[in-house]
Amino acid sequence: MGSLVAFFPHLLLATLEGLVTSAVLALTALGLSLVFGVMRIVNVAHGEFFMLGAVLAWAITTTLTGHPALGFAIALVLSPLIVGAIAWIAERLVLRRIEYNPEATIVATIGLLYIIQQLALTFYGPEARPVTPPFNYRIQLPWFGYSGYKLSIIAASALLLLATWFVLTRTRIGLIMRATQYDRETALAFGIPVGRVYGAVFALGAMLAAIAAVLIVPIQQAHYLMGLDPLLLSFIVVIIGGLGSLRGTVIAALLIGVSDGIISVFFSPTLAKIIATLVVAMVLVFRPQGLFGTATK
Amino acid sequence: MSVTLTIAGLDCFYGEVQVLHGLELELRKGEVLCLLGRNGAGKTTTLKAIMGLVPARAGSITLGTSELTELPAHEVPRAGIAYVPQGRRLFAELTVAENIEIGLMTRNKGKMVRENVLDLFPVLRERLKQRSGTLSGGEQQMLAMARALCLEPEVLLLDEPTEGLMPSMIAKIRETVTGLRERGVSTILVEQRVDAVLSVADRVAFIENGRNRETVDVTQLRDDPEMVRRYVGVG
Repeated sequence: MGSLVAFFPHLLLATLEGLVTSAVLALTALGLSLVFGVMRIVNVAHGEFFMLGAVLAWAITTTLTGHPALGFAIALVLSPLIVGAIAWIAERLVLRRIEYNPEATIVATIGLLYIIQQLALTFYGPEARPVTPPFNYRIQLPWFGYSGYKLSIIAASALLLLATWFVLTRTRIGLIMRATQYDRETALAFGIPVGRVYGAVFALGAMLAAIAAVLIVPIQQAHYLMGLDPLLLSFIVVIIGGLGSLRGTVIAALLIGVSDGIISVFFSPTLAKIIATLVVAMVLVFRPQGLFGTATK
Repeated sequence: MSVTLTIAGLDCFYGEVQVLHGLELELRKGEVLCLLGRNGAGKTTTLKAIMGLVPARAGSITLGTSELTELPAHEVPRAGIAYVPQGRRLFAELTVAENIEIGLMTRNKGKMVRENVLDLFPVLRERLKQRSGTLSGGEQQMLAMARALCLEPEVLLLDEPTEGLMPSMIAKIRETVTGLRERGVSTILVEQRVDAVLSVADRVAFIENGRNRETVDVTQLRDDPEMVRRYVGVG
């Protein structure tokens, strides 16, 4: 009984850390999943939009003087908008011209990945730089104190995911996006400007990654190579959850994030990664459309 | 009778393969024009070309004073042309109500049009919240028609609407097309069933190798069954 009492705070801490990872991962993966779901393309540069979000957050918060919360709030709005605009331009200039051909898109987005990464290296540099959190207070739990900011990441992410769900299922814009996802040609025949929808979805996907990055950068620091991990983890999440499924993405992000937190605390981070990769392999073998995805007809 | 839609010298390609060769066609106001021809003759491509879903490399498609080949594909339905594709092509994951909503959005039609369309196909009213992919074949065809009629179109394009349906459903579709003609809607109907053509069409265009070989009144076709055998291979 005594060991169980001693064990609980560790489990709670690991779960909270896992939830923070899940929150950021769910937002990032949702961006990737939306782009694939609606446009049927794999965006290899998705992690770079995440990195760009973090780097821009650093740039904005260091440029602005005053209370850190003000700079952070501005970064939280401005950084995703700039990243969204860049993604929209990339979509218009590159993806549209190759007519969203799946293979060509992979190569093109790999090119985009390197362009964004090298531009970040050139203008931002190789250093990892911190962003001051908007607030610093610890919530005192009976067993330990926990960062109020980390809890606010979980809350903000949950709110954004709910907002995305609302837009997708309850609004006209969401209906247009879903119709485009299910049948591009018929969508055109009913007056849906599919090209514009693609541009908007690509920008929205990048913005979700950028928001996730701005939320996490006070904990993680901005670095020009920081896009790789979120890209790989997002792929893991969308493969498990099912590409294009919002519910699947959120559940898979929770599964990966929380199990990563718990296994990392009690065993080792390497074991957590091994298990995640194993789950992906099992899903690909036994349920290639993902746990919540629908099979391609 | 005034002409609603004119196709002149239309060339269309799939990749490098030419499917339509200088196609000529005239649709008059309030008529049902049926396209007859063998599989692969270019009937479906003609409808897709009108909708802008297959680009025209040469020729023109004129609706009133608008040149449709110059419009982006998503502007064509807004000009007043509604399309019921072969195989229905519903948004299967969306509900019946959402499919209808998409039809209404095309030309910003409101609640009144929605009610009229649902009055026309009452079975859909009972299934509004059902996922459209789970409807029966006949109900799916009703929904495809309803979605198109939400545009209150001047021109309706129907691609094999009776394919795989029960006789009662076929009768319902025939009744709908006849009703639309009475309201002045012009229809182009691609149909394989000659009896269906004879019962509903005003004129018939025989499409062969991407060309319109001959357009005749349906009365001529009744008098000369040999004509169908010549172009379609069945009597």
